Amino acid sequence: MYETNYHRPASVQEAVKLIGGAAEGKYLAGGMTLIATMKQRLAAPSDLVDLRHIAEMKGITVNGRSVRIGAATTHREVASSAELGAVCPAICALASHIGDPHVRNMGTIGGSIANNDPAADYPAAMLALDATIVTNSREIAAADFFTGLFETALDDGEIITAITFDAPAKAAYQKFPNPASRYAMAGVFVVRRDNGDVRVAVTGAGSSGVFRHQGMEAALAGNWSPDAVGNVSVDASDLLADLHASAAYRANLIKVMTKRAVAAA
Amino acid sequence: MAKITMTVNGRQVSGTCDDRTLLVHFIRENLGLTGTHVGCETSQCGACVIHMDGLSVKSCSILAVQAAGSSITTIEGLAKDGELHPVQAAFKAHHGLQCGFCTPGMVMTAVDMIARHGSNLDEATVRAELEGNICRCTGYHNIVKAILAAAAEMGGVRQAAE
Repeated sequence: MYETNYHRPASVQEAVKLIGGAAEGKYLAGGMTLIATMKQRLAAPSDLVDLRHIAEMKGITVNGRSVRIGAATTHREVASSAELGAVCPAICALASHIGDPHVRNMGTIGGSIANNDPAADYPAAMLALDATIVTNSREIAAADFFTGLFETALDDGEIITAITFDAPAKAAYQKFPNPASRYAMAGVFVVRRDNGDVRVAVTGAGSSGVFRHQGMEAALAGNWSPDAVGNVSVDASDLLADLHASAAYRANLIKVMTKRAVAAA
Repeated sequence: MAKITMTVNGRQVSGTCDDRTLLVHFIRENLGLTGTHVGCETSQCGACVIHMDGLSVKSCSILAVQAAGSSITTIEGLAKDGELHPVQAAFKAHHGLQCGFCTPGMVMTAVDMIARHGSNLDEATVRAELEGNICRCTGYHNIVKAILAAAAEMGGVRQAAE
């Protein structure tokens, strides 16, 4: 790891100021991706601004169906929140399968979303739940937030402070993890609202990251059952292909994961 | 360079290290507590698992400066007054180790696991919870057996105390 300078702000305002004064600063959330990347010398920030000690970025609030999760909330906290589990158990289940127990104790929802790994789980949930990404300067709809592989709509120095969404009537997430890395080779988050609106968001498979599958959404809006997915075609031409799975294999996985998610919702 | 202070195994310690120093290296090299192992150093194997503020974490993936001000427990902090912790005793009794390299991380993981699940642990849960810890000798069988035995014993102890 190259040399770096560590800072520990107590407020969002202080964090933004610290990044502004750094030559090439990076925010450090749980660090479960960033520290590993720095060890490989694939990232070499001059300064690290630690977001783990900012009280205003922590915690989960549920008001009726309205949910707010502070960006510095860990996967473990999301997974084990009883009040969140009462309105949207799907997001708790998703969090409980990220990485391993030790990683879940450090990694945060804000860090995961800001990193936008194409195989990360949370981006699918954000897109399907029509979540709002709240930053220190604005609110960004999830649909506008994830702009490509490891790319987001965040400006330099902008911090995600929270995410908000309305808990849907039904939701579930199913992923097919890579047997070695456990990252999703295809992960599908399905949502059905009381008004019949359906969202199907796919992670781990898209060549430009997380995406919605309109074909699945239309089929499930007409008939909310696993069988409805059977005749939907999934175009493999925009899907990732690597040594673990071809694009055609991932296309099939998307279908299977969607079926399983609808069955579980 | 950073001067950091933290509580390790109940004792307040201070040391100076680079901002880029990993917590596991601070623990091993600055504090001389070599029970915590460096295995893969890529966050996969779990040989470096310690507890930070009561939660199990991989100390190879955290900077020492991030842990400043926290309370750390390492494998050296488990035994009390020369008596092995029940999890350590169970690993010994059930032959939950062969070469022993992964054992400190396995034991720290097991202690955290039992703290969360208590005596309700079953084999499937133990195996799922061991996701982040790799053992190349045992095939996990005796590790799982040891954790279940320790959970039962610690649950029993808790009941006896109530």
